[in-house]
Amino acid sequence: MTITPYDPSVFLAIVPEISILVVLSLVLLFDAVWQDEQRRNLGWLTFAGLLVTLGLSLTVARPSAEGALIFGGMLRHDNLAYVLRILFLFGAAVTALLGMDTPNLGRRGEFYLLMLASTFGMLLMASAADLIMLFLAIETTTIPLYILAGFFYRDDKSTESGFKYLLFGAMTSAISLYGFTLLFGFSGQTNLYGIASGLASGQVPVFSVLVAMLLILIGFGFKISVAPMQFWAPDVYEGAPTPVAGFLSTASKAAGFVVLMRFFVVVFPGIEQYWTLVIAVVAALTMTIGNFIALAQKNIKRLLAYSSIAHAGYALVGVVAVSELGINSVVFYLGAYLLTNLAAFGVAATFYRVVGSDEIAAYAGLSRRKPGLALVMLVAFLSLAGMPPFAGFIAKIVVFAAAVEAGFVWLVVIGVLNSIVGLYYYLRVLNVVYHYRSEDEEKPLEITPPYALALVLLVAGIIVVGTLFAPFFGLGNLAALALF
Amino acid sequence: MIPLSWYLILAAAMFCVGLYGVLARRNAIAILLGIELMLNAVNINVVAFWRYLNPENIAGQAFALIVFAVAAAEVAVGLALIIALYRRRNTIVAEEIDLLKW
Repeated sequence: MTITPYDPSVFLAIVPEISILVVLSLVLLFDAVWQDEQRRNLGWLTFAGLLVTLGLSLTVARPSAEGALIFGGMLRHDNLAYVLRILFLFGAAVTALLGMDTPNLGRRGEFYLLMLASTFGMLLMASAADLIMLFLAIETTTIPLYILAGFFYRDDKSTESGFKYLLFGAMTSAISLYGFTLLFGFSGQTNLYGIASGLASGQVPVFSVLVAMLLILIGFGFKISVAPMQFWAPDVYEGAPTPVAGFLSTASKAAGFVVLMRFFVVVFPGIEQYWTLVIAVVAALTMTIGNFIALAQKNIKRLLAYSSIAHAGYALVGVVAVSELGINSVVFYLGAYLLTNLAAFGVAATFYRVVGSDEIAAYAGLSRRKPGLALVMLVAFLSLAGMPPFAGFIAKIVVFAAAVEAGFVWLVVIGVLNSIVGLYYYLRVLNVVYHYRSEDEEKPLEITPPYALALVLLVAGIIVVGTLFAPFFGLGNLAALALF
Repeated sequence: MIPLSWYLILAAAMFCVGLYGVLARRNAIAILLGIELMLNAVNINVVAFWRYLNPENIAGQAFALIVFAVAAAEVAVGLALIIALYRRRNTIVAEEIDLLKW
């Protein structure tokens, strides 16, 4: 992989990033100009800005099929980054909608600003091809998220959530940074492709590379919340503002996955038989821990947190395959999961705004109180459980198919058993929503236009991806081809 | 000249001290200090590797500078979050911050 020499046209590749910075400055400007009531419109501004950015990344910033190393090897402009950008931008746009009417959040310019900054980092994470760029992109994504998790600084739970996220996040990022420096030392290079060829020369003992790999996996494992680095997720999701929790569990996790895939596939082909085994064990543990602890949850956000841990495990099953189909299935899984989980958190945010409770018991009678919202919940939870005709079903099938193809049948057996456990707790929530009665059934439950728009977009997405999956699968394939 | 391995051993030791601090200390500020030690160990590693193995490649220096900058940003955010927490709870002892569990 050679580095493309500088040419002004490389700036086309970072047009989406530039566009996000423009939106960010506009938010900053209007936050100063607008008064309290008008500030809610910052949400529409962010939403529109992100859609424009999405349009730009679909048109102007399209990479060539073989990809190119640009900016002195700092970024790799390829289809993997292209496809993941679509996910991040869509996720951030929906999160802006979900945040708009959340009390103490939607009228604060800081929320949109930090979210845009974090999205900016994610776009760079998707294309980073150099240790320095990668580290910087990860931190640009994570540091705004620490603040967002602790955004309600007058709320006990939110401050605690931000605090825990920061301590675990900073510690794991320091550990993986140590791994980065070891790789730099082994090869004398910071470019991922340069490191790969340095390691391939065979002068570095396998054991040393394994140590560096494990250290790096700790940092990446934290980002995607897999066992044994999963314990922060429930606490942080419960305390963080609900739209932020949705963003953390989807876009931020997808960013972690793309970095993991690119890094491990590109840098560690020499020790593939070791790292696939490590990741297979991690995936099995993650699915099992996530699903079994989720069984006991009474709070919807904690339940979704454990379910999101389990889903990280399912997606890892696809990473283990290290094949075209494997990477393809993971990208598809991330897309389906982003739609589904944002919808689930969107329902929780809508509900919390009116009722003021995240307890599952409070959802009793929802199907009579607001049939539409209950229906969205039904779609989201059945898709999470992996039921046809929703996106979650196809996503699980392709991930498991990739692992079977690669010979990890035992892992797929564990995955299927886990899906059955998962089905139980998703249906338990739907049982409360549809069968339980409550005295509040007559009380109105207002769904404001931004929430309605976000939920309709997500539900439409879940059904379209679940039924007409071929074009989306094709996008995943495009992304996978960029790595091999 | 001092051999490269001395620097690496120093960095590894400092990293372990920092990690121990993060895992064993109860005070949130001390935990942050531990993280800083870990990041400084990383910097020693980077600069030593750069100087001994590949001094004409400027990337090593740039890496160390960027680690400084990010560490500073992380601490700024960390202290702000700790102050917000202290105002609510009047404590920064990690074990007493246990509203969210299981």
